Amino acid sequence: MNMPATNPAVEPPISEKSGWDRAIASRSFLFGAAITFLVAAMALISFFWTPFDVTNLVIANRLKSPSVQFLFGTDHFGRDIFSMIMIGARNSIAVALVAVGIGMAIGVPLGAWAAAKRGWVDEILMRTNDVVFAFPSVLSAVMITAIFGPGAINAIIAIGIFNIPVFARLTRGSALSLWSRDYILAARVSGKGATRITVEHILPNILNLLIVQGTIQFSLGILAEAGLSYLGLGAQPPMPSWGRMLSEAQTMIALAPHMAIFPGVAIILTVLGLNLMGDGLRDAFDPKLRGEN
Amino acid sequence: MSWFLTRRLVSLLVTLLFATVVIFAVLEIIPGDPARLMLGINATEEAVAALREQMGLNAPLVTRYLSWLSGLVTGDLGTSLTYSSKVSELIGERIWISLPLALLALFLSTIIAIPVGLFAAARRGKASDTGIMAATQFGIAVPNFWFALLLVYIFAVVLRWVPSGGFPGWENGFWPALLSLAMPAVSLALPQAAILSRVARSALIEVLGEDFIRTARAKGLTKNQTLWNHALRNAMIPVVTIMGLQFAFLLAGTIIIENVFYLPGLGRLVFQAITQHDLPVVQGTVLLLVATVVVINFLVDVLYAWIDPRLRSSTR
Repeated sequence: MNMPATNPAVEPPISEKSGWDRAIASRSFLFGAAITFLVAAMALISFFWTPFDVTNLVIANRLKSPSVQFLFGTDHFGRDIFSMIMIGARNSIAVALVAVGIGMAIGVPLGAWAAAKRGWVDEILMRTNDVVFAFPSVLSAVMITAIFGPGAINAIIAIGIFNIPVFARLTRGSALSLWSRDYILAARVSGKGATRITVEHILPNILNLLIVQGTIQFSLGILAEAGLSYLGLGAQPPMPSWGRMLSEAQTMIALAPHMAIFPGVAIILTVLGLNLMGDGLRDAFDPKLRGEN
Repeated sequence: MSWFLTRRLVSLLVTLLFATVVIFAVLEIIPGDPARLMLGINATEEAVAALREQMGLNAPLVTRYLSWLSGLVTGDLGTSLTYSSKVSELIGERIWISLPLALLALFLSTIIAIPVGLFAAARRGKASDTGIMAATQFGIAVPNFWFALLLVYIFAVVLRWVPSGGFPGWENGFWPALLSLAMPAVSLALPQAAILSRVARSALIEVLGEDFIRTARAKGLTKNQTLWNHALRNAMIPVVTIMGLQFAFLLAGTIIIENVFYLPGLGRLVFQAITQHDLPVVQGTVLLLVATVVVINFLVDVLYAWIDPRLRSSTR
């Protein structure tokens, strides 16, 4: 598809330090980072401590509204929703993070290879990319998890596959514009091979761009995981997951609306935090966009 | 233009052909025997073997692919294993829920996003702009199915204005049917509207910095005239691109939303077909969705090239 050829963050070259300094000074980055830190901390603490044991079903406590004892109330099995959200954060973060890792680990080398080789390698890789892009991500994720069975691992694979073309396309586009630069030409003249140039000159120069995209894909991964778990295709019980909490809440919506509200707020805050961080980073690394978004 | 069109058309066909291979191959991996599935677990081995032969499941992979492909060309998508009716008929029925739903959502998202984007761009940097941008950040972070639950709680449980789900059918009157699509469409549209208004705002801000805008202002047009008559038209390229992508996303988004509202549309059809291993239905529906995405991308590209001739020479 014809996207206007803009890879603004590639030029002019900005030193990494000044970009990070600007990011730390950016309000949206700081706010986003604070939220993300809170969610990550909650997930980590849940390994050692949660207010209540979520594997313990106490029917006497079922469908309790939020109170001092149960901060976010309890579900239809009497489980503490706050504790479930803490543990659910683990699942969301792990799935989305590994899925971004898969996308980067496969997509970045493929994109860099296409940019270095051009010709038929480039053509084949980009056409394959087009095909993967043509499959709406929700649809393919549902297909993959349905074929290989529901579960966190298959959700990771399903979401990860859709990150591959995103990173491949980004890497290829940015790398292509660098390959025509004088300093790359100088490196070639001095006898460096394509792989060495890619590792030593291309990748360090597009790292910022990859980090920004990584943050965005991370937040999309959180949403995708929630959607899959909602359909029952993500992490399986008894492991709490935000999406499945929402699907369970749906049947109880008239009796206990709090069951639906808090997991949703957890998803929104996490995605919001990551998006704000990504925006802050992008603005910091790309002076042209500053103040526009 | 004709060279550009030919190139894009060939690329479209190659992508579609490639997609048919992927869909066929992926679904071949699904465990389970379709013949056994159709006859049930009590069927005798002989009956299953006979049905396998009749369904052509014993033929080599390539032969089966080619026969599926030739069926596609003539519009024959095969027969459903669970509904025992033609896949094309099933899709033909269900699409009358999903297509209006996606179109309604796209319409809602556009009529919200364009004015919001315009307003924010015109007040760039002011408090109202910052407020709108914060609201759109929030809108992007909201999962559509959670928003759907919230709508169900407010409008179906508390206020009792609309049913919480289901579809009465178009034959029972236009308005009741449309009303049952209202909440699903709003929940699909909100996050998309947030994205689209950000795109519209950025595009407008970029256009507002161009020389011809200064010229328009210099020749005496008011700020609003410039915005509506000159800036908006020129900012439409990125907006239309995102709308094209969003339509495909909305159509696929029906998989989750139709499950929230128990709407018997394409999304629910494909979801149920996948879980029931109803291969012909999955293949047909997935291919239809993928073809829609590819064709929309093609149309957006052609529209681009038509609007901006400079893009015709670029290869991608």
